[in-house]
Amino acid sequence: MAGCTTRCRQGVLKLIQSVQRLLSGSLAKDNTDDELEMTTVCHRPEALEQLESQTNFCKQELQILYRGFKNECPSGVVNEETFKHIYAQFFPHGGKFLHHHMCFSEQISHGFVSCVADASMYAHYLFNAFDTTNNGSIKFKDFVTGLSILLRGTLREKLEWTFHLYDINKDGYINREEMTEIVKAIYDMMGKYTHPALKGDVPQQHVDAFFQKMDKNKDGVVTLEEFVIACQEDEIMMRSMQLFENVM
Amino acid sequence: MAAGVATWLPFARAAAVGWLPLAKKTMPKPPVDNSSRSDEILYVNVSGVRFQTWKNTLDRYPDTLLGSSEKEFFYNDDTQEYFFDRDPEMFRHILNFYRTGKLHYPRHECIQAFDEELAFYGIVPEIIGDCCMEEYRDRKKENQERLAEDTEANEAMDAPLPPHSTPRERLWRAFENPHTSTMALVFYYVTGFFIAVSVIANVVETVPCRPPKGKVKDLPCGEKYQLAFFCMDTACVLIFTFEYLMRLFAAPSRCKFMRSVMSVIDVVAIMPYYIGLVMPENEDVSGAFVTLRVFRVFRIFKFSRHSQGLRILGYTLKSCASELGFLLFSLTMAIIIFATVMFYAEKGTKGSTFTSIPASFWYTIVTMTTLGYGDMVPNTIAGKIFGSICSLSGVLVIALPVPVIVSNFSRIYHQNQRADKMRAQQKVRMARIRMAKKGTTNAFLQYKEDRALGDRDSDSSALCVRNKSAFEHQHHHLLHCLEKTTNHEFTDELNYSELCITGSVGFRTSRSTSLSSQQGAPNHSTGCCPRRVRRRAAMRLANSTVSVSRGSVQELDTLHGKGTPGPPQTRSSLNAQINLKLNCGEQDFSAAIISIPTPPANTPDESLPPSPAAIQGGILRNTRATAYTPGAVKISSL
Repeated sequence: MAGCTTRCRQGVLKLIQSVQRLLSGSLAKDNTDDELEMTTVCHRPEALEQLESQTNFCKQELQILYRGFKNECPSGVVNEETFKHIYAQFFPHGGKFLHHHMCFSEQISHGFVSCVADASMYAHYLFNAFDTTNNGSIKFKDFVTGLSILLRGTLREKLEWTFHLYDINKDGYINREEMTEIVKAIYDMMGKYTHPALKGDVPQQHVDAFFQKMDKNKDGVVTLEEFVIACQEDEIMMRSMQLFENVM
Repeated sequence: MAAGVATWLPFARAAAVGWLPLAKKTMPKPPVDNSSRSDEILYVNVSGVRFQTWKNTLDRYPDTLLGSSEKEFFYNDDTQEYFFDRDPEMFRHILNFYRTGKLHYPRHECIQAFDEELAFYGIVPEIIGDCCMEEYRDRKKENQERLAEDTEANEAMDAPLPPHSTPRERLWRAFENPHTSTMALVFYYVTGFFIAVSVIANVVETVPCRPPKGKVKDLPCGEKYQLAFFCMDTACVLIFTFEYLMRLFAAPSRCKFMRSVMSVIDVVAIMPYYIGLVMPENEDVSGAFVTLRVFRVFRIFKFSRHSQGLRILGYTLKSCASELGFLLFSLTMAIIIFATVMFYAEKGTKGSTFTSIPASFWYTIVTMTTLGYGDMVPNTIAGKIFGSICSLSGVLVIALPVPVIVSNFSRIYHQNQRADKMRAQQKVRMARIRMAKKGTTNAFLQYKEDRALGDRDSDSSALCVRNKSAFEHQHHHLLHCLEKTTNHEFTDELNYSELCITGSVGFRTSRSTSLSSQQGAPNHSTGCCPRRVRRRAAMRLANSTVSVSRGSVQELDTLHGKGTPGPPQTRSSLNAQINLKLNCGEQDFSAAIISIPTPPANTPDESLPPSPAAIQGGILRNTRATAYTPGAVKISSL
């Protein structure tokens, strides 16, 4: 009852305010004022020397990286939408907006859900992995730190980073659900048109294989140590890791 | 891919590390990255304005000129920069495209210049950003329309008659462009006059005249002078019918003509008369007949052939069809709403004129258009309130689509003005173009003489070459080579037509020794330049230093007489005259005078043959011998 009266009072106040604004002819202005306030957020990274000491990049590399970063995001931060947009452009079969055009004709026959391929889920997890401070935006420092680990870090650092990527809720354990999410997200990036055609249980099989390999004590979750040890034992993976050196 | 995506590539590749634990197979080897990682600054010099940018910036769009290896063609080793001889202002926009990923269209620039720059730098116009795309498209469409109109105007109106047109084609042209011949103009004005007469007669018919003797009531003039009006009507309809049938006969595509708007109007204008002739004087039918007579007023639309303003108005209304439709629709909605409201508001009052909703429609329309006849007025307070709201909203609803229609009309009207101005300036432009062409031809002929002179006398050749650029030299040499190849010579238009006169003249009056292939010649020569020859002959008589009139072979003799003094004088005086146009139309004619490159006799005087035709040839040989080395043009005396 009390909530009702407060809400009524608030509604009446709002109505009086909007009538006032209508009379004074300034109804539209407030919206634009609000919008202006939101976009003037700007962020500057720390000094070049500091970043150089904190990461494994040299000065020139940091300069090149920052120039590209600043060009894309003049405000100095990347939010999740932009991040997803950028990542989606690398995967032509991923991204709702791209695929929407491609399978429009199929929408009618198959329905929208089945043919949408999506890099946005994986981009979301990536975003969370880069956004170490968890405030919904990646600053240049986060970006460069993440890159430094992935490109120039030690093996252990890379594996830790990957573990944190897979650990969606950041509780220190990877359970089946999280793994399934990740695997599904990766398969989503492939899109519909694959050879051989993707069947529904392939992600699940993949997850089972993963757990088979990683979960040593069979307790249903993978800890960091289990993960690191299992990866170091995996020949294929070690060889692939070598190839990804010096991608920059 | 978009601009910044290239910069995020290292990130995407790094993020792929996250897939590795899940991978079942080994990753393929990554491509070897040969390019140096350190970014370098490139210098781009555009007409003196130096731009500097990172190499990476330009590499973002590898399918453009600046992003691909094509720019190496423009690299200047001495100054270590890329030099482009283009507009630096435009280049600014192009470079900004590389930097920001969005191409903007500068509003103050000409659309064609912009398009050309884009084409040069290999950028597709489709990537213009959304902010500028609309403006770009509008300007481009406007430009294309304008160009299409210009070419149309160039071709259509005052193009000279094609030489072999059937009477039918000529008739059609006369109908479409009355300015081409006097007959057409006369016909045009006559029809216009009769349209006016017909319309005025229709109007005056209904004016009440004084009643004839014995009657009291006023009669409309149409009944008083029935015979006179009938005769006038008949005459008008006869003329219109005749015109319509002529047009139908002359039309290149009869079906298309019959479906065109003007022909429909024509038919509608004359039909009532014929129907009236056919129909009997029956009471029942005459009601319908009276209705038909209304269609006679459509004759006034026939004026649209005569008045361009009417045509523009009609075209505007057609092009604003959607705005008009919107206006109509919104008005209809408003009318229905207000009529309903007014009806129910006034329902209770006694003696109210708002008897039904359709009856209220009339009130709403009159009020919304702010006419306010006053035949229906609301009496209740509610009715008055709603009535006032109705009239206020009427003003708004009508005022909204009107500016769109007005701007459309203004645009079309200005376009038409421009087309008219262009047509008026057409003659001046054509004259200017002709002068320019003549200039080049004269330059070439001058060059030939100078060369000939130069071959004999190297001193004066130096004088002659002073005012020519290297390009002109090469150009003239090229034309000369073409002449040698085809064994014909260039000359300008005037000499060509004159030659046709003299040629035809010469051949008609010459006797035996003329050309064996002459039989076809006279007809041909008149055929090759009939009208122009006659006109030009009349014009040129005043100008030519040596007058060549028709049929004056004697003057050729005098020409010859003057021909003997020293080369420079004769050449200059005869230059305009005697430079033969050897490709004057038909083969027979030209074959007669075509060069056979055997050298003539050395001294001019000896080799004069007696016959008139050959006199001309002799004169030519005269001048030619002095002007050219052996192997040049020679007139064969046949």
